[in-house]
Amino acid sequence: MSLGGAMEGQSVEELLAKAERDEAEKLQRITVHKELELEFDLGNLLASDRNPPTGLRRAGATPEAELQALARDNTQLLINQLWQLPTERVEEALVARLPEPTTRLPREKPVPRPRPLTRWQQFARLKGIRPKKKTNLVWDEVSGQWRRRWGYQRARDDTKEWLIEVPGGADPLEDQFAKRIQAKKERVAKNELNRLRNLARAHKMQVPSSAGMHPTGHQSKEELGRAMQVAKVSTASVGRFQERLPKEKNPRGSGKKRKFQPLFGDFAAEKKSQLELLRVMNSKKPQLDVTRATNKQMREEDQEEAAKRRKMSQKSKRKGGRQGPGGKRKGAPPSQGGKRNRALGGRMNSGPPPLGSKRKGGQHQGGKRRR
Amino acid sequence: MRPLTEEETRVMFEKIAKYIGENLQLLVDRPDGAYCFRLHNDRVYYVSEKILKLAANISGDKLVSLGTCFGKFTKTHKFRLHITALDYLAPYAKYKVWIKPGAEQSFLYGNHVLKSGLGRITENTCQYQGVVVYSMADVPLREITSRRRGRQ
Repeated sequence: MSLGGAMEGQSVEELLAKAERDEAEKLQRITVHKELELEFDLGNLLASDRNPPTGLRRAGATPEAELQALARDNTQLLINQLWQLPTERVEEALVARLPEPTTRLPREKPVPRPRPLTRWQQFARLKGIRPKKKTNLVWDEVSGQWRRRWGYQRARDDTKEWLIEVPGGADPLEDQFAKRIQAKKERVAKNELNRLRNLARAHKMQVPSSAGMHPTGHQSKEELGRAMQVAKVSTASVGRFQERLPKEKNPRGSGKKRKFQPLFGDFAAEKKSQLELLRVMNSKKPQLDVTRATNKQMREEDQEEAAKRRKMSQKSKRKGGRQGPGGKRKGAPPSQGGKRNRALGGRMNSGPPPLGSKRKGGQHQGGKRRR
Repeated sequence: MRPLTEEETRVMFEKIAKYIGENLQLLVDRPDGAYCFRLHNDRVYYVSEKILKLAANISGDKLVSLGTCFGKFTKTHKFRLHITALDYLAPYAKYKVWIKPGAEQSFLYGNHVLKSGLGRITENTCQYQGVVVYSMADVPLREITSRRRGRQ
């Protein structure tokens, strides 16, 4: 098939020619001719083109095509530069190491205001006190080496002394070490306070209390929760009648802190109370729980009264209200007298008392029940 | 480390009294020294005063144990008696059960003791009574609650 062969040969040539033309085009695309070289700041991936934009001016109303061509050319030049950088391999990726940026970027935020002087700075300015230049290291006799003036392993560390002489007028039984530690703590606390005060003055803000709201409103959920809790309790009745939102939960950690007996309390007293407890447990007859007895009594009386009132109201309905007020008068005095006679106000609990509360010697809620 | 509160003491005494009854007084009030109960990390330790004073010098997070651990309080404040209390409770036990050597191994591995495995048992042990189980050699093994009525 010579014809086919010739055609194939021709097509092969055509293919080769086409391949050559493509190569030439690619090269053309890669190399961009510019009158003036671009300025590169590879640290910022920046390429600045100083050529006069004659092409854009010629384009007129719709410069999109020209702009795109310009952008493509400049980007091509930038990437050519990037390919020339030294490369390294980072976790199976070839990476070019960028040099340091040379362009200085403008400020992002405005210039800070000059801060107000601290109290010490004001005083120093007034008196004309200048900071004295001090050496960094001080010779420490005790350890026989040069040590810092302050900070970790400083030269004359007060707190590390193992022997303190009791000063002339002091109580010999006083703990001088503890005194020193206490004094240091106080100094540190005072310093911290002054620092915070200076800071507050600088920001012209009040030092925010733990229950405060931030003026700009950017607060975390915990801070807002705490502020809300404190606001709830800051009412005349200390938060007792504050309503809660439908799905609001109880605040955490709002109970009283428990107090325990000391570790080395009176051993004899401890023994005695335990023996008493045992005696009560072991005694055969059930102990009279005063609060429960009073509660029961009060409940019975309530029920009697309620029954009487019902009877009276029924009778009054039939007889036209003659017995009503008399019945009420009869009902009232015994209960009041009974309430006053009872010394301990019991709790109106039908169930067992909660853990940790005293059963004997009741609480106030029973007394406040009927108001 | 702290002493027990009233409520905790009551719960613990009720539990221990199931096994030793009124003899609990002898634990609280000992003739040979002042012993007390202290709570540390939810565990109750029975410790003499001397040892307690020494243990007070150790910081709470570094202190592992002191004296004898009697048991621990669970998260819901129930008291669980531990086997380390056996040494102190066995001498005062009110109701004892001796088991035959054959049943002893089985018991130690956690199985129940059948009636055939019982050697001796204190009289008048009622159902659900707290008893101390002994081996035939009078070695206290454990404290349990009896399930069935004891032999009358």
